[in-house]
Amino acid sequence: MLKNMKKTTKSNIITYGMVIVAYVVMQALVNGGGISNLIQGLLVPLCAYSILAVSLNLTVGILGELSLGHAGFMCIGAFVSAAFSKMNATTIENDLLRFIIAIILAAICAGIMGILIGIPVLRLKGDYLAIVTLAFGEIIKNIMNVIYLGVDSKGLHFCMTKASDLNMEKDGKIIINGATGITGTPHSSNFTIGIILLIITLIVVLNLINSRSGRAIMAIRDNYIAAESIGIDITKYKMLAFSISAMLAGVAGALYSHNLSTLAATSKNFGYNMSIMILVFVVLGGIGNVRGSIIAAVILTLLPELLRALNDYRMLMYAILLIVLMLFNSSPAGIAFRERSRLKKILHKKKEEV
Amino acid sequence: MALLDIKNLGISFGGLRAVDNFNLTIEKGELYGLIGPNGAGKTTVFNLMTGVYKPTDGIITLDGENITGKNTIEINKAGIARTFQNIRLFKELSVLDNVKTGLHNEITYSTATGIFRLPKYFKSEKLMDEKALRLLKVFGLEEEKDYLASNLPYGKQRKLEMARALATSPKLLLLDEPAAGMNPNETKELMDTIRFVRDEFDMTILLIEHDMKLVSGICERLTVLNFGQVLCQGGTNEVLNNPEVIKAYLGD
Repeated sequence: MLKNMKKTTKSNIITYGMVIVAYVVMQALVNGGGISNLIQGLLVPLCAYSILAVSLNLTVGILGELSLGHAGFMCIGAFVSAAFSKMNATTIENDLLRFIIAIILAAICAGIMGILIGIPVLRLKGDYLAIVTLAFGEIIKNIMNVIYLGVDSKGLHFCMTKASDLNMEKDGKIIINGATGITGTPHSSNFTIGIILLIITLIVVLNLINSRSGRAIMAIRDNYIAAESIGIDITKYKMLAFSISAMLAGVAGALYSHNLSTLAATSKNFGYNMSIMILVFVVLGGIGNVRGSIIAAVILTLLPELLRALNDYRMLMYAILLIVLMLFNSSPAGIAFRERSRLKKILHKKKEEV
Repeated sequence: MALLDIKNLGISFGGLRAVDNFNLTIEKGELYGLIGPNGAGKTTVFNLMTGVYKPTDGIITLDGENITGKNTIEINKAGIARTFQNIRLFKELSVLDNVKTGLHNEITYSTATGIFRLPKYFKSEKLMDEKALRLLKVFGLEEEKDYLASNLPYGKQRKLEMARALATSPKLLLLDEPAAGMNPNETKELMDTIRFVRDEFDMTILLIEHDMKLVSGICERLTVLNFGQVLCQGGTNEVLNNPEVIKAYLGD
C-alpha cells in the first residue's frame, strides 16, 4: 500500500508520524519520571518554536521571501491572547474553552497584522524585504512596551504614556502594564495542546503546499513573470502565504504566553534575536523542508540546555556545533554521506546479502 | 472576422520609439511568423500584446474584445498565452505540477477547500491530473511527469513550456524563439510539434524566430520588423524573396 502512494503523501505521513511518536515517547517519559524538570519545562516552548519554524518556512521556503520579523507576529499573538485570557479569567470558567478562544483571537489579530504589514512589504524583494520586515518586527515589539491597558466597571481604558493616565475607577484592574507586560496569565498551555497545535499547523501548511493555491505560491517563487503570464494573481497569493504564516506565528505566541506567568516584550523573546533564531531553524532544517524545520527547532532548542555543563563556553560550543551541522547539511560530502547511510538503502542491502 | 487585430500599435520608452505604427491581423487557425533583426522590437510587440508593457497608442483586439492596456492576468484570461525566449519554467515544481499551474484559472477551488481537503478538492485535483496528463502525453512528456522541471533536457523544457501555455486554453499562442539553442534535429522535431499543436488544438500561433528553415517550413504568413516598423508583410515566399527584406535581414 505504501508503495502506491504519492511521494509527497508518504513524506507527509512520515512527518505526522514523527510528531506523534515524539509525543508518545515524551509523555511516557514524563509519566515515568525519567526526565528532568528542565526538559519538562522546555516541552511547551519546543512546540511553540516548532510551529514558528514551520510557519516561517511557509514564507521563506514556499513563498521564497526572506522575512526577519516573524517574532513580531508571535508577539502580537502572545499579547492579544494573554490579555484576553487575563480579562476573562473569571468570566469564562472553562480553562480550555478560554484558551481556544484566545488562540483563535491571536491567530486573527496576527493574520490582520500580517496583511497590514504585507501590503507595503510584499512590494519589495530580497534583501530590501528582509530589512523592512526586520524593522516592522522591532516596531511591534517596541509598541508593545508602551501599551497600558486596564479594565474597570466602565469598560476598557487604554493609553500609551503611563499606568496612572488610565484614569480608572478604584475597582480597575491593569491588564497590560507597559514594559512590565502582562502578569498572571492563566497557565493554560500544556504539552498535549502544544502538540495538537503543531499538528494543526502541519496540516494547514502541508495541505496548502499540495493544493492549487500552494502551487500558485510556489510558481510565483520560481518565476513570477511566467506565473503572471498564465493568469496567477501574484499580489493575492503572496499576501495569502504571508498572512497565513503570520497567523500561525500568532498561534505559537498564544501557546508561548500561556506557559509563562509574566509576559514582557524584551529583545530576547520577541526581538530580532528571536526572528533570527527562527530563521536559523528554517535554514538548518532545509529551506522548504517542513519536517526539517521541526527537527532543527527541537535540536537547536535542546542544545544550549544540554551544553549547560560547559558554563561559559556554552554559547561558543553552540556556535561551533551550528557551523558543523550546517556544513554537514549542505556540503557535497555531507549529502553523499547521508545518501550512503539512508535507512532504505541499508535495509535493501541486507536483504540482498541474505 | 480576424482573431487578432492590431491597429497602429506603438510604444515609446522616453525618446526611443521601440515600436511604431504596427499593424497585424491574424485569422483563426493561422501559423504566423514575426521576424526581423535583433533589436527590431519583436519581443516588445509580444510584451505589448500580453500586457507586460502598456502601449502608448494603438488598439489590440482579440476575437472582438478590446484588450488594449489590460494587465497580463486579464489578457491571459481573455485568451493569449505565451512562451519565453529564455525558458521560464517553475523549476522546483514537478513537470506535472507545471502544467497543473496552467490550469489554475480553469479548474478552481478555494484555499480553504485545499487546506481542509473538502470533497471538491479531490474531484478538482483528479480532473486537473487527467487534463494535465493528456497534455503531457501530446508532448511526449508523460514518462517524466514526476521529474523536477529543471532536470529536463533543454528540448523537453521548451515542450513543457508550450504545454503549460496550452493548459490555460488560449485562443492565441505566442512562441518567442522556440528553436533558440536547438540543433537541426531538435528544430525539425519542434516544427512537427508546432504543426501538430495547431492541428490537434485548432490553435492560432504567432511565433518569433530567427531560424529561417523553421520559419519558411511552417509559417503561412510573415511580418518583418525593422527598427520598430513593419518592413514587409504577406505570404511567406513572397516576403522572403522581397529585395528589401533580403537587404535588411536575410543578407545576399
